[in-house]
Amino acid sequence: MTATAEEGLVGRGNREGARLFKEWFAELTRAAEEGRGAAYVFVMGSLAELLRTFDLPVVFPEINSLQTAVRHQAHEYLNEAEDYGYSPDICGYVKADVATQLRGGQLPMGRIPKPAIAVYTNACNTYIKWAEIWERMYGCPTVTLDVPGSRAAGLRPGPGDPDFEHDRRYVLAQLHELIPVLEDVTDRRFDEDRLRETLAHANTMSRGWKRVLDLNRSRPALFNALTDGTIYLGVSNCLRGTPEGARYFDELVEEMEHKSASGIGTLTDERYRLLFVGVPCYPIFRRFAELFTEWGGAFVGSTYLWFASGGAHSAHQYDLDRPLESLAEGLLLGVRDAMDSMFFQTDALLQMFDQYQADGIVYHPIKSCRTVSTGLADSRRDLMSRADVPSLFIESDMMDRRVVSEAQLKNRIDAFFEGLASRRAGSAMTSA
Amino acid sequence: MIPPQVAGHLAGRQLEPLLAGCRELLEDPDFPTVERWRACGRPVIGHFQVYFPEEIAHASGALPFRMRGAPVEPFRSDSRFGSYLCSILKTSLEVALSGQVELDMFVTHPICDAARNLAGVFGRNFEYPCQILYLPQNANSAHAAEYLRGEYARLLGQVEDVVGCRVLPDDLRQSISVYNVNRALLRDLYRIKRETPWKIAADEAYALMAVGGLMSREEHSGLLERALRMIRSRETRRLDRIRVVFEGGFCEQPPLDLIRAISRSCYVVDDDLLIGMRWILDDVPLAGDPLANLAEAYLERSSYSPVQHDHRKPKEEMLLRRIEASGAQAAIVTAAKMCEPGLEEQVTYTRALDGAGVAYFVSEFEENMTSFDHLEIQLETFVENLMFD
Repeated sequence: MTATAEEGLVGRGNREGARLFKEWFAELTRAAEEGRGAAYVFVMGSLAELLRTFDLPVVFPEINSLQTAVRHQAHEYLNEAEDYGYSPDICGYVKADVATQLRGGQLPMGRIPKPAIAVYTNACNTYIKWAEIWERMYGCPTVTLDVPGSRAAGLRPGPGDPDFEHDRRYVLAQLHELIPVLEDVTDRRFDEDRLRETLAHANTMSRGWKRVLDLNRSRPALFNALTDGTIYLGVSNCLRGTPEGARYFDELVEEMEHKSASGIGTLTDERYRLLFVGVPCYPIFRRFAELFTEWGGAFVGSTYLWFASGGAHSAHQYDLDRPLESLAEGLLLGVRDAMDSMFFQTDALLQMFDQYQADGIVYHPIKSCRTVSTGLADSRRDLMSRADVPSLFIESDMMDRRVVSEAQLKNRIDAFFEGLASRRAGSAMTSA
Repeated sequence: MIPPQVAGHLAGRQLEPLLAGCRELLEDPDFPTVERWRACGRPVIGHFQVYFPEEIAHASGALPFRMRGAPVEPFRSDSRFGSYLCSILKTSLEVALSGQVELDMFVTHPICDAARNLAGVFGRNFEYPCQILYLPQNANSAHAAEYLRGEYARLLGQVEDVVGCRVLPDDLRQSISVYNVNRALLRDLYRIKRETPWKIAADEAYALMAVGGLMSREEHSGLLERALRMIRSRETRRLDRIRVVFEGGFCEQPPLDLIRAISRSCYVVDDDLLIGMRWILDDVPLAGDPLANLAEAYLERSSYSPVQHDHRKPKEEMLLRRIEASGAQAAIVTAAKMCEPGLEEQVTYTRALDGAGVAYFVSEFEENMTSFDHLEIQLETFVENLMFD
């Protein structure tokens, strides 16, 4: 490969990701200006594969909200929602969206259309409460896709198991109920062939997503799961089921394979390989990442890239011969995997720790999200009792800068790396 | 299977000592009735708020123990949770970690993002089965009842494994019958609250109801029957107090002293305190498939709460109906600190109350709060404003 070709390839995922994201948002702004209604969905079980067959613009309020934080404007939105009556102690994503709706859909990146329908799973209970807000504001249909998760750690019945089949029938039945609602909202008939197309693209994307995540086992790590990973994640969600999304992931795999073969890492001097558990600190996103990279710490993997992709990391492949049934099965498996990575993640983390040859795990529970954060302290305690794994536990928020203390974070992070350094020095002395 | 009597010391008491005894039981963090139950060699199935089909546990001979937090400091459990969580999660785990209550199984529900983490947290700390009962969250699906019937069957299988016996349909019918009686008595208690609230203060009624989560419903029904007779014949003077609905006690419970503080200036004529105990509004049919009947009742003959989304039961409309049906003049709209569903619903409730022209008092509480002076003064001011408006 020529130097120029390599130059074009390395970093392409980030550049293309940013470009696609801008285009996607520009399309949402056009839809808003034309007065077209959108489907409001969430990242864990978006059902974009189905919604796209009805040509509905797809709005991800979680992504909109986090963008306000990344762009340092979240506090304005949070204040507005709190003035409206919402408590400082509820999800910041919800509040930023409330303020967005009060502003007629205006966001730093553009404008979003109003909801023609909201479709969401129960992967996060707040999804359901959130949709109730739109229901009251707009009177639009809101449809819960109830996807039962694992009942306990390690209880993961698969296809053929009576418990799994029971859940699958329920999810499929709900999809059958959703379709007439979508037909009614869009005045279009459901087109099974179009569903096959979107499912095929989603298959390519999921395969690519898993391959990209697996490739980060390379030394040095090819991408930072915290920062670069969030860009890939954005494409995985916003363009799910589209040819552009499929092409993007094919090309991303190509880029990562090249970087792996060439030994090109995300850091020039990777000293520590880390796993991230929780949700990133978006109000100081860049600085938060730097607090680790300055020490040579690279995030090689994260549970965020699992659950916030709706379980796409498990690379479930839809059976195009039975599209709707397979969509139900994929939704059940994907959302269940996403929930497991939040509620029952210890075994998976230990496995990942070995597979990625990690040096430590960073737990980052946040005030805003109880789904992700409630069990993390206990999960960490459990993990430490089962394996000799260095870990760091830091709390802040994904939206609210009032609960983000950079100085405190830095103190804790510096101490963590100092511990990792002395641990490494100690084991070097022992082996000598 | 005849359940053991665990609150025998309350039998035969006159009303005042009986109510005092209920209050003592409720505030005792050592849960003596549960301990006595276990001492009889009978299993205990702990279930978190809000609703649990207790009939399934009852039919197996186990005690369905309602976990609703406790007046304890979360010394052990605090390190197992993050900072921004409601108290009930922590104290419910605390009493289990401390051994103040011993369980044979723990069940939580997807009522909120925090509560459904409890299956993982308990599961990592205890050897006994800890799981989530996935009550349907699409109550409007035509398939929800069938799904729930299957989920109940799965739960029953787990309970049978824990208890070590088979539960037959007739066992379930018998338990449903026991619970129908109990629910009818609780409806009577609430009827008294609505029609003659001066006969029973809010904290007294609450204590009388809540102890039902600490003993078999047969024993609780016995207590209730006697208490209701005595309450009806109680000589109490009607006072000039405003009638209010208390909303916000569906999961974490306010301390009894807070309810008492409210009842010093208001008649609480209806509320959603421990709404899970009164979730099913009518008798569950005994004929036919008992699990299907329970599932159908959960969905079709049930109350409302911020943690269930059902297009047929918009919560703000349900609150307005509760206010109207109870003849309340105002509402106390509370939420437990850090309770997301409750705090989110407060916004909707207050806007709906504004729209309907109903006066309301907004506040937050925590189960372990100990100072009520400030709140009481605010509430008195609110009441005075209403009375002299």
